[in-house]
Amino acid sequence: MIELEGLTKRFGTKTAVDRLSFTVRPGMVTGFLGPNGAGKSTTMRMMLDLDAPTSGTVRIDGRHYRELDEPLKYIGALLDAKALHGGRTAYHNLLCLAQSNRIPERRVGEVLDLVGLSAVARKKSKNFSMGMGQRLGIAAALLGDPRILMFDEPVNGLDPEGIHWIRNLMKHLATEGRTIFVSSHLMSEMALTADHLVVIGQGKLLADMSMADFIQRNSRSYVRLRTPQRELTRDVLASAGLTAVDAGDGALEIDGESTERIGELLAEHRVVLHELSAQRASLEEAFMQMTAGAVEYHAHDGAGPQWGADVKGA
Amino acid sequence: MASVPAVLRSEWTKIRTVASTVWTLAGALVVTVAVGAGLSALMRAQFDNLPEFERATFDPTVISFSGMVLGQLAMVVFGVLVVGTEYGSGMIRTSLAAVPQRATFLFGKVTVAGLLALAVGLVTSFLSFFVGQALLGEHRTSIGEENVLRAVIGGGLYMGLMAVFSMGVAAMLRSSMLSLGILVPFFFLVSQILSAVPGAKEVARYFPDQAGSKIMQVVPNAMGQDPAPYGPWGGLGIMLLWVAAALAGGYVVLKKRDA
Repeated sequence: MIELEGLTKRFGTKTAVDRLSFTVRPGMVTGFLGPNGAGKSTTMRMMLDLDAPTSGTVRIDGRHYRELDEPLKYIGALLDAKALHGGRTAYHNLLCLAQSNRIPERRVGEVLDLVGLSAVARKKSKNFSMGMGQRLGIAAALLGDPRILMFDEPVNGLDPEGIHWIRNLMKHLATEGRTIFVSSHLMSEMALTADHLVVIGQGKLLADMSMADFIQRNSRSYVRLRTPQRELTRDVLASAGLTAVDAGDGALEIDGESTERIGELLAEHRVVLHELSAQRASLEEAFMQMTAGAVEYHAHDGAGPQWGADVKGA
Repeated sequence: MASVPAVLRSEWTKIRTVASTVWTLAGALVVTVAVGAGLSALMRAQFDNLPEFERATFDPTVISFSGMVLGQLAMVVFGVLVVGTEYGSGMIRTSLAAVPQRATFLFGKVTVAGLLALAVGLVTSFLSFFVGQALLGEHRTSIGEENVLRAVIGGGLYMGLMAVFSMGVAAMLRSSMLSLGILVPFFFLVSQILSAVPGAKEVARYFPDQAGSKIMQVVPNAMGQDPAPYGPWGGLGIMLLWVAAALAGGYVVLKKRDA
Protein backbone atom coordinates (compact mmCIF):
# COMPACT_ATOMS: atom_id res chain seq x y z
CA MET A 1 0.00 0.00 0.00
CA ILE A 2 1.29 3.44 -0.94
CA GLU A 3 -0.31 6.55 0.51
CA LEU A 4 0.28 10.02 -0.88
CA GLU A 5 -0.85 12.98 1.11
CA GLY A 6 -0.77 16.51 -0.25
CA LEU A 7 2.31 15.67 -2.29
CA THR A 8 3.64 18.82 -3.95
CA LYS A 9 6.73 19.57 -6.00
CA ARG A 10 7.64 23.01 -7.24
CA PHE A 11 10.56 23.82 -9.52
CA GLY A 12 10.98 27.56 -9.11
CA THR A 13 7.60 29.02 -9.91
CA LYS A 14 6.38 25.99 -11.84
CA THR A 15 4.30 23.52 -9.88
CA ALA A 16 5.01 20.07 -11.31
CA VAL A 17 2.96 18.14 -8.77
CA ASP A 18 0.14 19.87 -7.01
CA ARG A 19 -1.27 18.56 -3.71
CA LEU A 20 -1.67 14.97 -4.85
CA SER A 21 -3.45 12.67 -2.41
CA PHE A 22 -4.39 9.13 -3.26
CA THR A 23 -3.81 5.57 -2.14
CA VAL A 24 -2.45 2.68 -4.18
CA ARG A 25 -4.05 -0.52 -2.90
CA PRO A 26 -2.76 -4.10 -2.93
CA GLY A 27 -4.10 -6.91 -5.08
CA MET A 28 -4.76 -4.84 -8.15
CA VAL A 29 -3.12 -2.91 -10.93
CA THR A 30 -3.45 0.83 -10.41
CA GLY A 31 -2.92 2.80 -13.58
CA PHE A 32 -1.32 6.22 -13.28
CA LEU A 33 -2.44 8.14 -16.29
CA GLY A 34 -1.63 11.58 -17.58
CA PRO A 35 -0.29 13.25 -20.70
CA ASN A 36 3.46 13.70 -21.10
CA GLY A 37 4.67 16.34 -18.67
CA ALA A 38 1.74 15.87 -16.29
CA GLY A 39 4.08 15.07 -13.39
CA LYS A 40 3.91 11.27 -13.37
CA SER A 41 7.65 10.61 -13.29
CA THR A 42 8.27 13.36 -10.74
CA THR A 43 5.59 11.81 -8.52
CA MET A 44 7.16 8.39 -8.86
CA ARG A 45 10.63 9.73 -8.06
CA MET A 46 9.23 11.34 -4.91
CA MET A 47 7.61 8.04 -3.96
CA LEU A 48 11.10 6.48 -4.04
CA ASP A 49 12.63 9.38 -2.13
CA LEU A 50 14.84 10.28 -5.09
CA ASP A 51 13.35 13.77 -5.31
CA ALA A 52 12.41 15.64 -2.17
CA PRO A 53 8.81 16.89 -2.11
CA THR A 54 8.27 20.62 -1.58
CA SER A 55 5.54 19.56 0.82
CA GLY A 56 3.41 16.55 1.57
CA THR A 57 4.34 12.94 2.32
CA VAL A 58 4.51 9.50 0.80
CA ARG A 59 4.18 6.42 2.98
CA ILE A 60 5.05 2.89 1.95
CA ASP A 61 3.15 0.48 4.20
CA GLY A 62 2.98 3.31 6.73
CA ARG A 63 6.66 4.24 6.62
CA HIS A 64 8.83 6.76 4.82
CA TYR A 65 10.97 5.28 2.09
CA ARG A 66 14.18 6.19 3.91
CA GLU A 67 13.02 4.24 6.97
CA LEU A 68 12.83 0.98 5.02
CA ASP A 69 15.66 -1.35 6.02
CA GLU A 70 16.17 -3.07 2.73
CA PRO A 71 13.81 -1.24 0.42
CA LEU A 72 14.14 -3.60 -2.54
CA LYS A 73 12.33 -6.19 -0.43
CA TYR A 74 9.35 -3.85 -0.04
CA ILE A 75 9.15 -2.04 -3.32
CA GLY A 76 10.67 -2.62 -6.72
CA ALA A 77 10.67 0.06 -9.35
CA LEU A 78 11.35 0.39 -13.04
CA LEU A 79 11.96 4.08 -13.63
CA ASP A 80 13.84 4.12 -16.87
CA ALA A 81 15.39 1.20 -18.62
CA LYS A 82 18.79 2.85 -18.90
CA ALA A 83 19.16 3.38 -15.15
CA LEU A 84 21.88 0.74 -14.99
CA HIS A 85 25.57 0.81 -15.84
CA GLY A 86 26.03 -0.12 -19.50
CA GLY A 87 29.61 -1.27 -19.03
CA ARG A 88 28.55 -3.93 -16.57
CA THR A 89 27.00 -7.24 -17.53
CA ALA A 90 23.31 -7.84 -16.89
CA TYR A 91 24.27 -10.31 -14.18
CA HIS A 92 26.62 -7.95 -12.38
CA ASN A 93 24.22 -5.04 -12.62
CA LEU A 94 21.70 -7.12 -10.71
CA LEU A 95 24.27 -8.67 -8.39
CA CYS A 96 25.44 -5.37 -6.91
CA LEU A 97 21.82 -4.37 -6.32
CA ALA A 98 21.04 -7.72 -4.69
CA GLN A 99 24.07 -7.53 -2.41
CA SER A 100 23.20 -4.06 -1.15
CA ASN A 101 19.89 -5.40 0.18
CA ARG A 102 21.21 -8.80 1.28
CA ILE A 103 19.23 -10.64 -1.36
CA PRO A 104 20.74 -14.09 -2.04
CA GLU A 105 22.78 -14.32 -5.24
CA ARG A 106 20.69 -17.18 -6.66
CA ARG A 107 17.81 -14.72 -6.93
CA VAL A 108 19.75 -12.89 -9.68
CA GLY A 109 19.63 -16.00 -11.86
CA GLU A 110 15.96 -16.51 -11.03
CA VAL A 111 14.82 -13.05 -12.10
CA LEU A 112 16.97 -13.14 -15.25
CA ASP A 113 15.25 -16.40 -16.07
CA LEU A 114 11.85 -14.91 -15.30
CA VAL A 115 12.32 -12.03 -17.76
CA GLY A 116 13.93 -14.27 -20.37
CA LEU A 117 17.43 -12.82 -20.29
CA SER A 118 19.37 -15.86 -19.06
CA ALA A 119 21.08 -16.26 -22.42
CA VAL A 120 22.55 -12.75 -22.30
CA ALA A 121 23.22 -12.62 -18.54
CA ARG A 122 26.97 -12.24 -19.14
CA LYS A 123 26.64 -9.60 -21.87
CA LYS A 124 27.21 -5.92 -21.22
CA SER A 125 23.89 -4.18 -20.86
CA LYS A 126 24.84 -1.25 -23.10
CA ASN A 127 24.47 -3.53 -26.11
CA PHE A 128 20.91 -4.43 -25.17
CA SER A 129 17.97 -3.41 -27.31
CA MET A 130 15.27 -1.19 -25.84
CA GLY A 131 13.13 -4.23 -25.10
CA MET A 132 15.96 -6.14 -23.44
CA GLY A 133 16.86 -3.07 -21.37
CA GLN A 134 13.25 -2.85 -20.25
CA ARG A 135 13.26 -6.51 -19.27
CA LEU A 136 16.49 -6.04 -17.32
CA GLY A 137 14.92 -3.09 -15.50
CA ILE A 138 11.93 -5.25 -14.63
CA ALA A 139 14.25 -8.00 -13.41
CA ALA A 140 15.88 -5.41 -11.12
CA ALA A 141 12.46 -4.40 -9.79
CA LEU A 142 11.58 -8.05 -9.06
CA LEU A 143 14.90 -8.86 -7.34
CA GLY A 144 13.72 -8.48 -3.76
CA ASP A 145 10.40 -10.25 -4.42
CA PRO A 146 8.69 -7.06 -3.23
CA ARG A 147 5.01 -6.68 -2.32
CA ILE A 148 4.86 -3.38 -4.18
CA LEU A 149 5.93 -2.82 -7.76
CA MET A 150 6.13 0.41 -9.64
CA PHE A 151 6.61 0.72 -13.39
CA ASP A 152 7.09 4.01 -15.21
CA GLU A 153 5.88 3.69 -18.80
CA PRO A 154 6.90 0.03 -19.06
CA VAL A 155 5.61 -0.54 -22.58
CA ASN A 156 7.51 2.37 -24.11
CA GLY A 157 9.55 1.23 -27.07
CA LEU A 158 8.50 -2.39 -26.82
CA ASP A 159 7.40 -4.61 -29.68
CA PRO A 160 3.90 -6.12 -29.54
CA GLU A 161 5.19 -9.34 -28.06
CA GLY A 162 6.99 -7.45 -25.30
CA ILE A 163 3.91 -5.36 -24.56
CA HIS A 164 1.81 -8.49 -24.29
CA TRP A 165 4.37 -10.04 -21.95
CA ILE A 166 4.44 -7.02 -19.63
CA ARG A 167 0.67 -6.79 -19.48
CA ASN A 168 0.38 -10.41 -18.45
CA LEU A 169 3.21 -10.10 -15.97
CA MET A 170 1.54 -7.15 -14.23
CA LYS A 171 -1.80 -8.90 -14.05
CA HIS A 172 -0.13 -12.02 -12.73
CA LEU A 173 1.75 -10.07 -10.06
CA ALA A 174 -1.49 -8.41 -8.97
CA THR A 175 -3.28 -11.73 -8.61
CA GLU A 176 -0.53 -12.74 -6.18
CA GLY A 177 -1.83 -9.94 -3.97
CA ARG A 178 0.89 -7.43 -4.80
CA THR A 179 0.41 -3.71 -5.20
CA ILE A 180 1.07 -2.72 -8.80
CA PHE A 181 1.42 0.92 -9.77
CA VAL A 182 2.02 1.58 -13.43
CA SER A 183 2.17 4.85 -15.31
CA SER A 184 1.24 5.48 -18.92
CA HIS A 185 0.19 8.27 -21.20
CA LEU A 186 -1.97 5.88 -23.20
CA MET A 187 -5.54 5.32 -22.08
CA SER A 188 -5.88 2.32 -24.37
CA GLU A 189 -2.99 0.64 -22.59
CA MET A 190 -4.49 1.28 -19.17
CA ALA A 191 -7.90 0.03 -20.24
CA LEU A 192 -6.31 -3.35 -20.89
CA THR A 193 -4.34 -3.71 -17.65
CA ALA A 194 -5.58 -1.45 -14.89
CA ASP A 195 -8.27 -2.24 -12.33
CA HIS A 196 -8.05 1.19 -10.76
CA LEU A 197 -7.19 4.48 -12.32
CA VAL A 198 -5.52 7.64 -11.06
CA VAL A 199 -5.52 10.42 -13.64
CA ILE A 200 -3.46 13.58 -13.34
CA GLY A 201 -3.07 16.63 -15.53
CA GLN A 202 -0.65 19.47 -14.83
CA GLY A 203 0.24 17.83 -11.55
CA LYS A 204 -3.31 17.87 -10.26
CA LEU A 205 -5.51 14.91 -9.47
CA LEU A 206 -8.29 14.64 -12.05
CA ALA A 207 -9.73 11.26 -11.22
CA ASP A 208 -9.21 8.45 -8.72
CA MET A 209 -11.69 5.65 -9.33
CA SER A 210 -12.08 2.08 -10.46
CA MET A 211 -11.63 1.40 -14.16
CA ALA A 212 -15.29 0.35 -14.40
CA ASP A 213 -16.44 3.59 -12.83
CA PHE A 214 -14.16 5.56 -15.08
CA ILE A 215 -15.59 3.91 -18.16
CA GLN A 216 -19.11 4.41 -16.83
CA ARG A 217 -18.65 8.09 -16.14
CA ASN A 218 -16.32 9.24 -18.79
CA SER A 219 -17.19 7.62 -22.02
CA ARG A 220 -19.97 9.45 -23.77
CA SER A 221 -22.81 7.06 -24.56
CA TYR A 222 -25.36 7.69 -27.24
CA VAL A 223 -27.88 5.92 -29.41
CA ARG A 224 -27.21 5.38 -33.07
CA LEU A 225 -29.98 4.66 -35.55
CA ARG A 226 -30.52 4.28 -39.26
CA THR A 227 -33.88 4.76 -40.92
CA PRO A 228 -35.26 5.44 -44.41
CA GLN A 229 -37.67 7.99 -42.81
CA ARG A 230 -35.17 10.55 -41.57
CA GLU A 231 -37.42 13.62 -41.52
CA LEU A 232 -40.25 11.82 -39.74
CA THR A 233 -37.77 10.47 -37.20
CA ARG A 234 -36.33 13.90 -36.50
CA ASP A 235 -39.83 15.31 -35.97
CA VAL A 236 -40.88 12.53 -33.60
CA LEU A 237 -37.67 12.88 -31.57
CA ALA A 238 -37.97 16.66 -31.52
CA SER A 239 -41.49 16.39 -30.14
CA ALA A 240 -40.04 14.29 -27.30
CA GLY A 241 -37.38 16.93 -26.66
CA LEU A 242 -34.53 14.94 -28.24
CA THR A 243 -32.10 16.15 -30.87
CA ALA A 244 -30.82 13.83 -33.58
CA VAL A 245 -27.43 14.69 -34.95
CA ASP A 246 -26.27 13.58 -38.37
CA ALA A 247 -23.46 11.01 -37.97
CA GLY A 248 -22.22 11.63 -41.49
CA ASP A 249 -22.72 8.10 -42.80
CA GLY A 250 -26.48 8.42 -43.09
CA ALA A 251 -27.07 7.41 -39.48
CA LEU A 252 -28.38 9.63 -36.70
CA GLU A 253 -26.99 9.95 -33.18
CA ILE A 254 -29.02 10.85 -30.12
CA ASP A 255 -27.55 11.78 -26.74
CA GLY A 256 -29.15 11.31 -23.36
CA GLU A 257 -31.75 8.62 -23.96
CA SER A 258 -31.86 4.82 -23.85
CA THR A 259 -32.33 2.55 -26.87
CA GLU A 260 -35.48 1.14 -25.22
CA ARG A 261 -37.17 4.52 -24.90
CA ILE A 262 -36.24 5.63 -28.43
CA GLY A 263 -37.29 2.28 -29.92
CA GLU A 264 -40.67 2.48 -28.23
CA LEU A 265 -41.17 6.11 -29.18
CA LEU A 266 -40.46 5.48 -32.85
CA ALA A 267 -42.58 2.30 -32.87
CA GLU A 268 -45.57 4.32 -31.68
CA HIS A 269 -45.18 6.42 -34.81
CA ARG A 270 -44.60 3.37 -36.98
CA VAL A 271 -41.15 4.50 -38.07
CA VAL A 272 -39.12 1.87 -39.92
CA LEU A 273 -35.67 1.24 -38.38
CA HIS A 274 -32.68 -0.44 -40.04
CA GLU A 275 -30.45 -0.05 -37.01
CA LEU A 276 -30.82 0.93 -33.38
CA SER A 277 -27.79 0.53 -31.13
CA ALA A 278 -26.19 1.84 -27.97
CA GLN A 279 -22.75 3.36 -28.59
CA ARG A 280 -19.84 4.46 -26.49
CA ALA A 281 -17.13 6.94 -27.42
CA SER A 282 -13.62 5.57 -26.95
CA LEU A 283 -11.88 5.94 -23.61
CA GLU A 284 -8.94 7.54 -25.36
CA GLU A 285 -11.32 10.29 -26.42
CA ALA A 286 -12.64 10.65 -22.88
CA PHE A 287 -9.13 10.86 -21.48
CA MET A 288 -8.05 13.47 -24.03
CA GLN A 289 -11.11 15.50 -23.24
CA MET A 290 -10.44 15.25 -19.53
CA THR A 291 -6.81 16.30 -19.65
CA ALA A 292 -7.40 18.92 -22.33
CA GLY A 293 -10.02 20.27 -19.94
CA ALA A 294 -7.42 20.53 -17.21
CA VAL A 295 -5.09 22.44 -19.48
CA GLU A 296 -7.83 24.82 -20.56
CA TYR A 297 -9.01 25.21 -17.04
CA HIS A 298 -5.58 26.45 -16.02
CA ALA A 299 -4.88 28.57 -19.05
CA HIS A 300 -8.05 30.57 -18.64
CA ASP A 301 -8.08 30.44 -14.89
CA GLY A 302 -11.57 29.12 -14.37
CA ALA A 303 -13.09 30.43 -17.56
CA GLY A 304 -12.46 27.26 -19.55
CA PRO A 305 -14.70 24.23 -19.86
CA GLN A 306 -15.76 22.84 -16.53
CA TRP A 307 -15.08 19.27 -17.54
CA GLY A 308 -11.83 18.85 -15.63
CA ALA A 309 -13.16 20.69 -12.64
CA ASP A 310 -16.24 18.50 -12.48
CA VAL A 311 -14.31 15.30 -12.45
CA LYS A 312 -11.83 16.59 -9.95
CA GLY A 313 -14.65 16.96 -7.48
CA ALA A 314 -15.85 13.45 -8.25
CA MET B 1 19.15 1.42 8.18
CA ALA B 2 20.88 -0.33 5.39
CA SER B 3 23.45 -2.90 6.43
CA VAL B 4 26.91 -1.36 6.06
CA PRO B 5 28.74 -4.62 5.22
CA ALA B 6 26.09 -5.31 2.55
CA VAL B 7 26.62 -1.88 1.01
CA LEU B 8 30.41 -2.36 1.06
CA ARG B 9 30.05 -5.71 -0.70
CA SER B 10 27.76 -4.18 -3.26
CA GLU B 11 30.16 -1.31 -3.95
CA TRP B 12 33.04 -3.75 -4.28
CA THR B 13 31.06 -5.65 -6.90
CA LYS B 14 30.36 -2.40 -8.73
CA ILE B 15 34.05 -1.49 -8.80
CA ARG B 16 35.41 -4.86 -9.83
CA THR B 17 32.88 -5.37 -12.63
CA VAL B 18 33.69 -2.35 -14.78
CA ALA B 19 36.63 -2.21 -17.14
CA SER B 20 37.60 1.36 -16.22
CA THR B 21 38.79 0.23 -12.77
CA VAL B 22 41.48 -1.98 -14.23
CA TRP B 23 42.75 0.42 -16.85
CA THR B 24 42.85 3.49 -14.65
CA LEU B 25 44.57 1.77 -11.73
CA ALA B 26 46.94 -0.18 -13.96
CA GLY B 27 47.62 3.09 -15.79
CA ALA B 28 48.47 4.85 -12.53
CA LEU B 29 50.93 2.13 -11.60
CA VAL B 30 52.60 1.69 -14.99
CA VAL B 31 52.90 5.40 -15.77
CA THR B 32 54.27 6.29 -12.34
CA VAL B 33 56.82 3.50 -12.30
CA ALA B 34 57.88 3.92 -15.92
CA VAL B 35 58.30 7.71 -15.85
CA GLY B 36 60.03 7.49 -12.45
CA ALA B 37 62.41 4.87 -13.84
CA GLY B 38 63.14 6.95 -16.93
CA LEU B 39 63.93 10.09 -14.94
CA SER B 40 66.02 8.16 -12.43
CA ALA B 41 68.15 6.78 -15.26
CA LEU B 42 68.42 10.25 -16.77
CA MET B 43 69.48 11.78 -13.46
CA ARG B 44 72.19 9.22 -13.00
CA ALA B 45 73.59 10.09 -16.44
CA GLN B 46 73.24 13.83 -15.94
CA PHE B 47 74.15 14.10 -12.25
CA ASP B 48 77.45 15.87 -12.84
CA ASN B 49 75.76 18.48 -15.02
CA LEU B 50 73.26 19.48 -12.32
CA PRO B 51 73.62 22.95 -10.77
CA GLU B 52 75.48 23.03 -7.49
CA PHE B 53 72.41 23.75 -5.31
CA GLU B 54 70.48 20.85 -6.82
CA ARG B 55 73.33 18.48 -6.18
CA ALA B 56 73.50 19.72 -2.59
CA THR B 57 69.84 18.94 -1.94
CA PHE B 58 69.65 15.90 -4.22
CA ASP B 59 66.78 13.69 -3.06
CA PRO B 60 66.91 10.26 -4.70
CA THR B 61 63.53 9.34 -3.19
CA VAL B 62 61.82 12.30 -4.82
CA ILE B 63 63.50 11.53 -8.14
CA SER B 64 62.13 7.98 -8.15
CA PHE B 65 58.63 9.44 -7.61
CA SER B 66 58.86 11.79 -10.61
CA GLY B 67 56.24 9.73 -12.44
CA MET B 68 53.56 10.64 -9.94
CA VAL B 69 52.86 13.98 -11.62
CA LEU B 70 51.47 11.95 -14.51
CA GLY B 71 50.42 8.84 -12.63
CA GLN B 72 48.25 10.81 -10.23
CA LEU B 73 46.08 11.84 -13.17
CA ALA B 74 45.09 8.21 -13.67
CA MET B 75 44.15 8.14 -9.99
CA VAL B 76 42.05 11.26 -10.53
CA VAL B 77 40.31 9.55 -13.45
CA PHE B 78 39.67 6.47 -11.32
CA GLY B 79 38.18 8.53 -8.50
CA VAL B 80 36.02 10.60 -10.82
CA LEU B 81 34.68 7.58 -12.71
CA VAL B 82 33.80 5.63 -9.56
CA VAL B 83 31.31 8.34 -8.60
CA GLY B 84 30.64 10.02 -11.96
CA THR B 85 29.42 6.94 -13.85
CA GLU B 86 26.57 6.63 -11.37
CA TYR B 87 25.30 9.91 -12.73
CA GLY B 88 26.26 9.42 -16.37
CA SER B 89 24.33 6.16 -16.63
CA GLY B 90 21.33 7.07 -14.48
CA MET B 91 22.44 4.22 -12.20
CA ILE B 92 22.35 6.70 -9.31
CA ARG B 93 18.54 6.44 -9.16
CA THR B 94 18.67 2.66 -9.02
CA SER B 95 21.46 2.80 -6.42
CA LEU B 96 19.65 5.26 -4.17
CA ALA B 97 16.39 3.36 -4.46
CA ALA B 98 18.32 0.35 -3.13
CA VAL B 99 20.25 2.30 -0.47
CA PRO B 100 18.24 5.44 0.35
CA GLN B 101 20.50 6.45 3.23
CA ARG B 102 22.74 8.93 1.43
CA ALA B 103 25.62 8.80 3.90
CA THR B 104 25.78 5.00 3.91
CA PHE B 105 25.73 4.97 0.12
CA LEU B 106 28.37 7.67 -0.48
CA PHE B 107 30.78 6.78 2.29
CA GLY B 108 30.41 3.06 1.58
CA LYS B 109 31.44 3.72 -1.99
CA VAL B 110 34.30 6.05 -1.01
CA THR B 111 35.58 3.56 1.58
CA VAL B 112 35.76 0.68 -0.87
CA ALA B 113 37.18 2.71 -3.76
CA GLY B 114 39.52 4.65 -1.45
CA LEU B 115 40.99 1.50 0.10
CA LEU B 116 41.54 0.02 -3.34
CA ALA B 117 43.22 3.21 -4.54
CA LEU B 118 45.36 3.26 -1.41
CA ALA B 119 46.46 -0.35 -1.95
CA VAL B 120 47.36 0.33 -5.58
CA GLY B 121 49.05 3.58 -4.50
CA LEU B 122 51.24 1.76 -1.99
CA VAL B 123 52.26 -0.90 -4.49
CA THR B 124 53.01 1.85 -7.03
CA SER B 125 55.01 3.82 -4.51
CA PHE B 126 57.19 0.93 -3.36
CA LEU B 127 57.71 -0.28 -6.91
CA SER B 128 58.66 3.22 -8.09
CA PHE B 129 61.07 3.58 -5.24
CA PHE B 130 62.92 0.31 -5.73
CA VAL B 131 63.04 0.54 -9.53
CA GLY B 132 64.14 4.18 -9.32
CA GLN B 133 66.87 3.50 -6.77
CA ALA B 134 68.20 0.61 -8.79
CA LEU B 135 68.56 2.91 -11.79
CA LEU B 136 70.13 5.77 -9.81
CA GLY B 137 73.25 3.72 -9.25
CA GLU B 138 75.72 5.37 -6.87
CA HIS B 139 73.33 8.24 -6.15
CA ARG B 140 70.67 5.97 -4.69
CA THR B 141 69.35 5.84 -1.18
CA SER B 142 67.86 2.86 0.67
CA ILE B 143 64.59 2.16 2.45
CA GLY B 144 66.46 1.94 5.77
CA GLU B 145 67.69 5.53 5.65
CA GLU B 146 66.07 8.09 7.90
CA ASN B 147 62.62 9.26 6.72
CA VAL B 148 62.76 7.20 3.52
CA LEU B 149 60.14 4.66 4.61
CA ARG B 150 57.88 7.54 5.68
CA ALA B 151 58.27 9.08 2.22
CA VAL B 152 57.53 5.83 0.38
CA ILE B 153 54.44 5.02 2.46
CA GLY B 154 53.51 8.68 2.11
CA GLY B 155 53.65 8.31 -1.68
CA GLY B 156 51.02 5.58 -1.45
CA LEU B 157 48.87 7.69 0.88
CA TYR B 158 49.20 10.61 -1.51
CA MET B 159 47.91 8.61 -4.47
CA GLY B 160 45.03 7.16 -2.48
CA LEU B 161 44.04 10.61 -1.23
CA MET B 162 44.14 12.04 -4.76
CA ALA B 163 41.57 9.42 -5.78
CA VAL B 164 39.35 10.13 -2.76
CA PHE B 165 39.56 13.89 -3.33
CA SER B 166 38.41 13.29 -6.93
CA MET B 167 35.48 11.21 -5.68
CA GLY B 168 34.35 14.10 -3.51
CA VAL B 169 34.62 16.55 -6.40
CA ALA B 170 32.71 14.23 -8.73
CA ALA B 171 29.97 13.86 -6.10
CA MET B 172 29.70 17.66 -5.94
CA LEU B 173 29.67 18.17 -9.72
CA ARG B 174 27.63 15.01 -10.51
CA SER B 175 29.34 14.57 -13.85
CA SER B 176 32.44 12.70 -14.99
CA MET B 177 33.19 15.00 -17.89
CA LEU B 178 32.86 18.17 -15.88
CA SER B 179 34.97 16.80 -13.02
CA LEU B 180 37.73 15.60 -15.34
CA GLY B 181 37.59 18.84 -17.28
CA ILE B 182 38.38 20.72 -14.09
CA LEU B 183 40.64 18.35 -12.15
CA VAL B 184 43.01 17.16 -14.88
CA PRO B 185 44.02 20.61 -16.17
CA PHE B 186 44.15 21.84 -12.60
CA PHE B 187 46.61 19.25 -11.34
CA PHE B 188 48.56 18.88 -14.55
CA LEU B 189 48.87 22.54 -15.53
CA VAL B 190 47.43 25.17 -13.19
CA SER B 191 48.94 23.87 -9.98
CA GLN B 192 52.32 23.16 -11.60
CA ILE B 193 52.52 26.56 -13.27
CA LEU B 194 51.36 28.57 -10.27
CA SER B 195 53.86 26.80 -8.04
CA ALA B 196 56.63 28.34 -10.16
CA VAL B 197 55.23 31.88 -10.32
CA PRO B 198 56.47 34.26 -7.64
CA GLY B 199 53.57 35.56 -5.58
CA ALA B 200 51.21 32.82 -6.76
CA LYS B 201 53.31 30.08 -5.27
CA GLU B 202 52.60 31.23 -1.72
CA VAL B 203 48.99 30.28 -2.44
CA ALA B 204 49.70 27.28 -4.63
CA ARG B 205 51.66 25.55 -1.91
CA TYR B 206 48.36 25.09 -0.05
CA PHE B 207 46.78 23.26 -3.00
CA PRO B 208 46.11 19.59 -2.17
CA ASP B 209 48.71 18.19 -4.53
CA GLN B 210 51.46 20.68 -3.62
CA ALA B 211 50.93 20.28 0.11
CA GLY B 212 50.39 16.52 0.02
CA SER B 213 53.46 15.76 -2.07
CA LYS B 214 55.69 17.14 0.69
CA ILE B 215 55.27 13.77 2.40
CA MET B 216 57.46 12.22 -0.30
CA GLN B 217 60.48 14.43 0.37
CA VAL B 218 63.33 13.08 2.43
CA VAL B 219 65.76 15.99 2.02
CA PRO B 220 64.19 19.26 3.24
CA ASN B 221 63.61 21.70 0.37
CA ALA B 222 64.72 18.99 -2.00
CA MET B 223 66.18 19.87 -5.40
CA GLY B 224 66.32 23.58 -4.68
CA GLN B 225 62.62 24.03 -3.86
CA ASP B 226 61.50 26.97 -1.75
CA PRO B 227 61.09 26.18 1.92
CA ALA B 228 57.45 25.54 2.88
CA PRO B 229 55.89 26.76 6.12
CA TYR B 230 54.86 23.19 6.96
CA GLY B 231 56.62 19.85 7.25
CA PRO B 232 55.86 16.55 5.49
CA TRP B 233 53.05 15.55 7.89
CA GLY B 234 51.74 19.11 7.99
CA GLY B 235 51.51 19.00 4.20
CA LEU B 236 49.63 15.71 4.28
CA GLY B 237 47.35 17.23 6.93
CA ILE B 238 46.54 20.11 4.57
CA MET B 239 45.73 17.60 1.85
CA LEU B 240 43.50 15.68 4.26
CA LEU B 241 41.56 18.87 4.95
CA TRP B 242 40.98 19.28 1.22
CA VAL B 243 39.80 15.68 0.96
CA ALA B 244 37.47 16.11 3.95
CA ALA B 245 36.06 19.31 2.45
CA ALA B 246 35.46 17.65 -0.94
CA LEU B 247 33.70 14.69 0.67
CA ALA B 248 31.59 16.94 2.89
CA GLY B 249 30.63 19.00 -0.16
CA GLY B 250 29.78 15.85 -2.11
CA TYR B 251 27.64 14.58 0.73
CA VAL B 252 25.73 17.84 1.07
CA VAL B 253 25.02 17.89 -2.68
CA LEU B 254 23.85 14.27 -2.61
CA LYS B 255 21.60 14.94 0.35
CA LYS B 256 20.12 18.22 -0.81
CA ARG B 257 19.68 17.72 -4.52
CA ASP B 258 17.17 15.58 -6.33
CA ALA B 259 18.72 12.49 -7.84
